[in-house]
Amino acid sequence: MNNRLKTLTKGIIDVSPLMIPVVPFGIIYGVIGMDLGIGPYMTLGLSIIIFGGASQIVLLQLFSGGASSLVILSSVGALNARHVLYGAVLSEHLSGLKLFWKIILSYVMTDQAFAVSNDYFKKDNKNNDQHYHLLGSGFTCWTIWQISTILGIVLGSIVPEELGLSFTISLTFLALLISDFRKFKNIIVMLVSGLVATIGYNTIPFKAYIIVASLIALIVATLLTLIDLKKK
Amino acid sequence: MHWSLIIYAGIITFVTRFSMIFLLKEDILNNKAKKILSFVPAAIFPAIIFPPIFLDDGGTVDLENNPKILAAILAIIVGYLSKNIIATIFAGLISYWLLIFFYF
Repeated sequence: MNNRLKTLTKGIIDVSPLMIPVVPFGIIYGVIGMDLGIGPYMTLGLSIIIFGGASQIVLLQLFSGGASSLVILSSVGALNARHVLYGAVLSEHLSGLKLFWKIILSYVMTDQAFAVSNDYFKKDNKNNDQHYHLLGSGFTCWTIWQISTILGIVLGSIVPEELGLSFTISLTFLALLISDFRKFKNIIVMLVSGLVATIGYNTIPFKAYIIVASLIALIVATLLTLIDLKKK
Repeated sequence: MHWSLIIYAGIITFVTRFSMIFLLKEDILNNKAKKILSFVPAAIFPAIIFPPIFLDDGGTVDLENNPKILAAILAIIVGYLSKNIIATIFAGLISYWLLIFFYF
């Protein structure tokens, strides 16, 4: 197997376990779209054009609640603002690529793809084709999301709410942090982020609680890093 | 809903993903910045994890009638010991099912 195919396959394999909760999530999204009466084409259209699970559901909820376009777009922007930080982290590994690659990889960059490919980039940074890992992980997310959206559109509400499958989303992100559990500074940063988001969930407008909590946590991370550097 | 709204939302989302990959050049970030950016997962993911676990449907903090907190703690313990992503997810999910079945 050549190196590109091997790296691509590695990306697909690495992200696959994280796709388990994405399937019910996509089905739920498809069901919501149909319930709100926007029709199958628009429901799938959102998944293809926006390709961001939580922001699609928020968009539908706000739309059905009669929110203005400005509020809807601000909320989508605020919810997805975290991707700016993912891009900043990955830019180190992707800056040498052609524009076409940057566009394609940006389009498929999800939380899950970012998490596994960032880990891979850090570990295996001698590989010249390492961007194929992100291509593999990102397009796996993309494919699973589109298929599960279609399943939701076609099958309707077959996923029982009681099984707590939305909780699985939280568990996926929690599992992505296991390597941080052993580092004291990271634990502080995680607690700050989680607490600010929980408190801000109801008080911060436009669903901006994620990016606000993340930035405050990053400020704390900056302070901890600077203190650490001073000690040395 | 109008398609234009979907397209604008798509453009905004794409710009959030594309901006830094497009703008930042390889050697623009010094070691200090890289060190701080290494905290990005730890700074973002808990903001996604915490609210659905601690808040009920009405958006108020629910600490008592809440099997998700216990299940999440068990998942953290399994994750800490096993360092395995799949084991962590399933430990949390199975303990959640057992908790709602037998206890809550």
